[in-house]
Amino acid sequence: MQKLLAEYLPLIVFLGVGLFIGLALLVAPFIVAYSKPDPEKVSAYECGFAAFDDARMKFDVRFYLVAILFIIFDLEVAFLFPWAAAFKEAGLYGFWAMMTFLGVLTIGFIYEWKKGALEWD
Amino acid sequence: MWLADVFFYLFAVLAVASGAMVIMAKNPVHAVLFLILAFFNAAGLFVLLGAEFLAMLLVIVYVGAVAVLFLFVVMMLDVDFAELRAGFIKNAPLGLLIAGIVLAELIMVLGFRLVKPTTLAKATVPISTVAGIDNTTALGRVIYTQYAYYFEAAGLILFVAMIGAIVLTLRHKEGVRRQSIAAQVARNPKTAMEVVKVPSGGFTVPDKVVDNKPKEKVGA
Repeated sequence: MQKLLAEYLPLIVFLGVGLFIGLALLVAPFIVAYSKPDPEKVSAYECGFAAFDDARMKFDVRFYLVAILFIIFDLEVAFLFPWAAAFKEAGLYGFWAMMTFLGVLTIGFIYEWKKGALEWD
Repeated sequence: MWLADVFFYLFAVLAVASGAMVIMAKNPVHAVLFLILAFFNAAGLFVLLGAEFLAMLLVIVYVGAVAVLFLFVVMMLDVDFAELRAGFIKNAPLGLLIAGIVLAELIMVLGFRLVKPTTLAKATVPISTVAGIDNTTALGRVIYTQYAYYFEAAGLILFVAMIGAIVLTLRHKEGVRRQSIAAQVARNPKTAMEVVKVPSGGFTVPDKVVDNKPKEKVGA
């Protein structure tokens, strides 16, 4: 257990360095940079227009379909990792268990393809 | 190891704090972002327990996919704050009831520690740490053999989710002309081109060309 956690120490160091550099670059301009605000300078600049309305509007349900199909195949792939790690130990039984699992999801994939869920319009 | 303890308290405090912010944030998008932070901290706690695979899965699946889905739902619902506040008093008894049930469950879970201390000791070691076997391999040894039926059931649930999502949300627009790659590739000069004999000197338009023109709507 302790050995396992020791393996994560470089990750913590990496995260620490990343956080430090990120924060330094974020904070340094506030401290160092010359700042003289002006109503025209701080107003929103977006191709010459003021923002029309709120950015949080309803959007198409089709994005949701794409996301949910992504999650399903994401989970399918996640199940492949322990299978690959213990391929020998799982044996022939484990091999066919995984093939059945993949077969079921392949049927779903064929359905999805034929229905045209992967096409936008 | 004191360092592990420091990180346990760091993750635990951040997880609880961001969990509290999820329900207290005014902006639902901020609430989802705090939920992502809570997921990250839960993944850190999993690593401290030695459940590496679950930790990475939490980051991949929950942070990478489920959180995005939550954001979509929040964006799609178009939450009306005035309406939400209006329903607060009306729904308060139901909310209190559910909160009470969850509190009772928590007390029962924590009560185990007092009634039977050995239960908790067993529950905190999800997979025995055999030397030389990492967490992912240990999981792989049992998922596909001992728990194969549950594994297939998980596959069927994913299948149902896939079909359900398609049936519920897929609406094709009528009259959209899609690209048919097979038809495009199968074209050759013989099928794609036609030489029309135009009689010289006259103003006769060949019949075929007239037929191919889109017919004007009646009364348009």
